[in-house]
Amino acid sequence: MGLLFEQVLNGVQLGVMLFLLAAGLTLIFGIMGIINLAHGSLYMAGAYAVAFFTLQTGSFWLSIPIALVIVAVLGVLIEYVVIRRLYARDHLDQVLATFGLILFFNQFATVIFGRQPLLLAPPPILSGHVTLFAGIPYPVYRLMIIVVGMIMAIGLYLLITRTRLGMLVRAGATHREMVRALGVDIRMLYTIVFALGAVLAGFAGAMVGPLSGVQVGMGEQILILTFVVVVIGGVGSIRGAFYGALIVGVVDTLLRAFLPNLLRTVMVGPEADALAGGLSSMGVYVLMAAVLALKPKGLFPAHG
Amino acid sequence: MADAPLHKPASKAWPEWLTGVILLAILAAVPLLAQTMGWGATVSFLTRIIILAIAAASLNLILGYGGLVSFGHAAFYGVGGYVVGILYHHYASDAPLLGLIPGASDMAITVPLAIVINALLAVVLGAISLRTTGVQFIMITLAFAQMLFFLFLSLKVYGGDDGLVVRRRNTLFGHDMRGDVIFYYFVLAIAAAWYAFCARLVNSRFGRVLAGVRQSERRLAAIGIATYRYKLAAYVIAAMGAGLAGALMANYARFVSPDMLHWIQSGDLMIMVILGGVGTLFGPAAGAFVLIALESVLAAWTEHWQLYLGPILVVIVLFWRGGLMGLLKKLTGGRIG
Amino acid sequence: MADPLLRVEGLQKRFGGVIATDNFTFDVRPGEIHALIGPNGAGKTTLISQLCGELAPDAGSVFLAGENITRLPAAQRIHRGLARTFQITQLLNEDTALDNVALAVQARSVHSFGMWRDARSDRALIDPARALLENAGLAARADVPVADLSHGERKQLELAIAFACEPRLLLLDEPMAGLGASESQTMIETLRGRKGEITMLLVEHDMDAVFALADRISVLVYGRLIATGTVAEIQANAQVREAYLGEGGA
Repeated sequence: MGLLFEQVLNGVQLGVMLFLLAAGLTLIFGIMGIINLAHGSLYMAGAYAVAFFTLQTGSFWLSIPIALVIVAVLGVLIEYVVIRRLYARDHLDQVLATFGLILFFNQFATVIFGRQPLLLAPPPILSGHVTLFAGIPYPVYRLMIIVVGMIMAIGLYLLITRTRLGMLVRAGATHREMVRALGVDIRMLYTIVFALGAVLAGFAGAMVGPLSGVQVGMGEQILILTFVVVVIGGVGSIRGAFYGALIVGVVDTLLRAFLPNLLRTVMVGPEADALAGGLSSMGVYVLMAAVLALKPKGLFPAHG
Repeated sequence: MADAPLHKPASKAWPEWLTGVILLAILAAVPLLAQTMGWGATVSFLTRIIILAIAAASLNLILGYGGLVSFGHAAFYGVGGYVVGILYHHYASDAPLLGLIPGASDMAITVPLAIVINALLAVVLGAISLRTTGVQFIMITLAFAQMLFFLFLSLKVYGGDDGLVVRRRNTLFGHDMRGDVIFYYFVLAIAAAWYAFCARLVNSRFGRVLAGVRQSERRLAAIGIATYRYKLAAYVIAAMGAGLAGALMANYARFVSPDMLHWIQSGDLMIMVILGGVGTLFGPAAGAFVLIALESVLAAWTEHWQLYLGPILVVIVLFWRGGLMGLLKKLTGGRIG
Repeated sequence: MADPLLRVEGLQKRFGGVIATDNFTFDVRPGEIHALIGPNGAGKTTLISQLCGELAPDAGSVFLAGENITRLPAAQRIHRGLARTFQITQLLNEDTALDNVALAVQARSVHSFGMWRDARSDRALIDPARALLENAGLAARADVPVADLSHGERKQLELAIAFACEPRLLLLDEPMAGLGASESQTMIETLRGRKGEITMLLVEHDMDAVFALADRISVLVYGRLIATGTVAEIQANAQVREAYLGEGGA
């Protein structure tokens, strides 16, 4: 029972990270109509920035705001140079252009940091365990991620429900309607939204470093999982991103945690583990297929 | 009415079959030239390009003509390769798959099987994916491909991460195909047949529907065409072509790995299609050639060639519509492309 | 009097707080041209979308020649004898006018899975398509890509495509929109030429066209049907004049 609870918490922690990524992705898509494959690169940038500055300055706390600033600047740069030209283009062009960005950023990171993963320890205050109810020890760091992530979720919720920007997101407004309704410099708005999405992604990346190390390609792995979240939750829907992320996070984590043992009862050791790894990776995709069979537009589609 | 012209007014364009025949003749002459000129690895290099050109052409069917942005096409390519790999594995080890199915090492069996299995896979995945449109479709096709990637990654019995070696190239109806030149001609013949099929397909009634799907599904519904079944059929046909290419590649390289299903491979195929010119017949071939040549040149120059390929790709997408075929059309005054 | 070709009963559609179609009931008799008029935002296009099957109503039923087609998918309604034109033309812009009509002719077949024969030299498709274009006055423009056609030509093409479907009931969504005086006249003549042969539901703003063509008129205001009658009856109807033509009192 304790193990189950612990794994559920791990799933929530993964879900919270996925939410930060999915929310950014869906926000960018909902407001600007852009599908951005380089979103994972921003996640990776956040992770590398934190790793780099922590190793340089010795302070994890200092490196987080630095990383966020870097990612925000990177986001603005990307928006200005590439994304801006894609607003009028079809999805194929957007996919390919941002795919090109991925190739570039991955290689850029390899050139600077090499192919070996960077390992990072959490800061002393956040390392170690805390005892939850029923005497279950749980890593402080992971708990912190859950708490911070939930705070961000609440923040986003307030943004969506209490601001004009959020109202337009909920209405699933098109670009033209937004220009009329907001009466604001639309280019500035797009840049800000993109930077916001970038910061969310970068923040997720910044937090994940001490958990699993930082390496090239980490962005794409989680990006595809993020896609599954967005598809399950409904494109353009923050609420969908939230519930989708939690569902995907928990299902994926539980499968990985318990499937190997299940399989070991019928198969031999290393083969069972490998197969379990594969099948649990497949699990969320099967879930996605099942959701789509019933609701092709996802659980909480933006346009109702 | 009997004298009314059936086709568009006469243009300067060469008929497609003429371009195809000329291209085929040039490619057929290469091994002979290579022998006399002493170009060592040319035949082998070209074989790889032609196989990828088959895969790119299959993607062009749904992407270029049908407007369906499938980012998971490499999955079918990879599955085709693994069919060959797995069948050979069981042939070599003499133990039948699942205790029932014997291994095989002849292309007369493995290649058609690769095609059929991909068709079945595409029916299942396509039936689900095509319930969605737009970005959802892009994301789902990517997700499904990744799912299969993880599956093959986890099958340690078939190499997993390390991949699977096909120690000896499949025979063809018992004939030894290990020679570079004979395999090249075989691949060339298959490619010619596939391109000929694609050419007929896009001009047929089915092809007209596909072109309609790309331009306005709403219009098609308004004249009574239920598009889902046609999109699914196109998706399955494209998957079959990719599986064919994958099976050939497994024989060429004598190696299959999960990387064949990786989304970067899907991206590469898309680049070939775009680079060559979306929705043109020979675009995919041109795109495959240029991309592989570009990769080879850049890779020889620097280990980090993707650093340059990335921005090049962005620039092409942003500023250069029409691709190579478009360029060729301009240069030849409309005669080719 | 013969049974109505189209019968709509209690059709209801709302979008959030807005009621687009409010308990809409009416019918269209075989052979008539029935005009549907109403101010902007009255819900005319939403109604057409529901009749065509693009939009599912929240409640109510649609009957075509006695058959309940309320849940029938859009593409299948075409094969039951329905056809429509779009207010904002929805054509295959990269293809030629001939391609567009030929595809509609092709769509009449049971299936389009033929993968071998060249569709552009198939006389079974091309000949009827050229005939339809001739009737639409577009014979000379047959091989022009739609993107290069004028607005008026595109509207005529929309109509030619609809005729290619050989409909019993034709739903016309503002066929006159954006047409100049002589183009409108041509369109009116084209429609009048098919009067009686094809039943039509004509959604229009152009009152000249309505009065020239319609046998009966229905008036839609805020999704509600407020009157149905002959041209004379509607012109005399005070409620209509107030709500639509904007006259207060007499």
